[in-house]
Amino acid sequence: MIALLIRDLRLAVRAGGGFGLGLAFFLIVVTLVPFGVGPQGDILARIAPGILWLGALLACLLSLDRIFALDFEDGSLDLLATAPMPLEGVVAMKAFAHWLTTGLPLVIAAPVFGILLHLPASAQSWLVISLLLGTPALSVLGTFGAALTVGLKRGGLLLSLLVLPFYVPTLIFGAELIRRGAQGMATEIPLLMLAGITAATVALIPFASAAAIRVNLR
Amino acid sequence: MAMLSVSNLAVSRGGLPVLENLSFALDAGQALVLRGPNGIGKTTLLRTLAGLQPALAGTVSMPAESMAYAAHSDGLKSTLTVSENLKFWASVYATQDIEPALERMNLRGLANRAAMSLSAGQKRRLGLARLLVTGRPVWVLDEPTVSLDTASVALFAQAVRGHLATGGAALLATHIDLGLEEAKVLDLAPFKALPPEEGGMMGAFDEAFL
Amino acid sequence: MSLWEYANPVKFMKTSGFLLPWVVGLAAITLVSGLVWGYLFVPAAENFGGSVKVIYVHVPAAMMAINIWGMMLVTSLIWLIRRHHVSALAAKAAAPIGAVMTLIALITGAVWGQPMWGTWWEWDPRLTSFLILFLFYLGYIALWAAVENPDTAADLTSVLALVGAVFAALSRYAANFWNQGLHQGATLSLDKEQHIADVYWFPLLLCLAGFVLFFIALVLVRTRTEIRNRRLGALQQRERMA
Repeated sequence: MIALLIRDLRLAVRAGGGFGLGLAFFLIVVTLVPFGVGPQGDILARIAPGILWLGALLACLLSLDRIFALDFEDGSLDLLATAPMPLEGVVAMKAFAHWLTTGLPLVIAAPVFGILLHLPASAQSWLVISLLLGTPALSVLGTFGAALTVGLKRGGLLLSLLVLPFYVPTLIFGAELIRRGAQGMATEIPLLMLAGITAATVALIPFASAAAIRVNLR
Repeated sequence: MAMLSVSNLAVSRGGLPVLENLSFALDAGQALVLRGPNGIGKTTLLRTLAGLQPALAGTVSMPAESMAYAAHSDGLKSTLTVSENLKFWASVYATQDIEPALERMNLRGLANRAAMSLSAGQKRRLGLARLLVTGRPVWVLDEPTVSLDTASVALFAQAVRGHLATGGAALLATHIDLGLEEAKVLDLAPFKALPPEEGGMMGAFDEAFL
Repeated sequence: MSLWEYANPVKFMKTSGFLLPWVVGLAAITLVSGLVWGYLFVPAAENFGGSVKVIYVHVPAAMMAINIWGMMLVTSLIWLIRRHHVSALAAKAAAPIGAVMTLIALITGAVWGQPMWGTWWEWDPRLTSFLILFLFYLGYIALWAAVENPDTAADLTSVLALVGAVFAALSRYAANFWNQGLHQGATLSLDKEQHIADVYWFPLLLCLAGFVLFFIALVLVRTRTEIRNRRLGALQQRERMA
């Protein structure tokens, strides 16, 4: 299992692996928003939580179809499915690798993007907490979508259509957490809901993803 | 003691049976070549044996954790080096040493090359080295010699013989010559599934609609 | 004699063929009488105006939109557990109806809301969660359409229906939290706490029954079509192999 994690990380970092693309995409989104809505700091500060979460969502979506498609094409997915390793574990490890290569860099870089969007200093820590708690759920749910579409030729668009509705609760609670944190309001409910959704998806969704992979390899 | 025994197996593809009443056994030191025209169900049969899809009927019995499956493609990661590819599978199968496999497949000189820079034959050899690394006794190989030249086919046959000599067994599906004269050959054509009105079996999914 | 006998496609075709005209007739009678009663014979409420009459379409459609996903969830589970084809095909047949019901609920909701809230669209949690439900329906239908092998498609969509049900419910809760809305609270509850007067209540009940029967009739027709399609596919594949 650890070997699989190391392999996936290595593949992501090597040439053509796409590591850092998500981060660059996030930067572009954040750069483009002020051109769209105007440079007024107060407006930007108000919409910053939503923009940052949407950016994280889309950056995550960008790399989802690679999770299984590459392994499916070169036959490693067949070999992994017949290897002495539970497929649920394979799926969970791949989701974890995806989070380490796309989610975690966003969490670390987020304060910089927050500054670009005039996010008040009081909200910066909430931004990091909210992304840290929420992005693992994005990776795990994305893995589920990727597992459903793994055998399809033009699965990319379908994947977005399938996965994005699943992101709604995480998006709502994640952005709400930053907003409430910035205004000094009570943050317990969104904080706990966000953590709860992530914990439940990390624990349960790999079973659904593994089932979908088995069906698709049949 | 059979390392793999199959009795009255029926397999289906896309909801309809393709092969039925298939029985054979494979002992240690034996190789069995499955032959038949394209579309007869060789790949379907091997995938069923590997556990990737359920059998329609019949039984497959073998000792637990004894099979290593290799599909059409080798499952290599092109940006990883030869030894990184092998080390990954070695740790998946909990066998640590990749040196003997490199040695036997004549890959030692290429160990630090990225897999994408290998020729087709070298890639196939790396795929076979992966099988060695698994440490599993029963090899199930789908078209193992596709894209190999004569010299590489000979090397492949030698590798399979070496595996058989150490008490292993191999099941190979192919429609070209493998250079394995001692292997038994099983022609799949007589096992082609018949339509139900000619005495073939029912029970595949789509049959419910007929 | 068990219920599972009807999981056999041939048996299902026979029985449903016999039932279909009756269900269609009954659906037509209840739906037409309910709508005519509601629209022509019920007095307009003073404080709401005429627009309140849209409830005779809005409420049943909204109810069906949610319950159809529930029905898909049950039939998907039956498919996953007992591998009955008719069950999976019924789920497939129900999905577009559910999507249209959701769309009707959204549009009638906008029509109703316009005079009351002064805007066609309000990000009210209930409307919003129907929009999200609509997206789930779209994804489900698209997945059925994208996968070639029908049994693979049935398996994948079943898993999607299962996980989707959980997340649709979760989204409903999240939307509630996100924007405490302007929808009136539960005006209709079957334990009849008399939120709305009987004059409105009885035609509404009739419309609800009409929508349910209408849905059953449509699902029967569509499932029969799906079964014929599968039969056609199986015959063609048999021919190709022979």
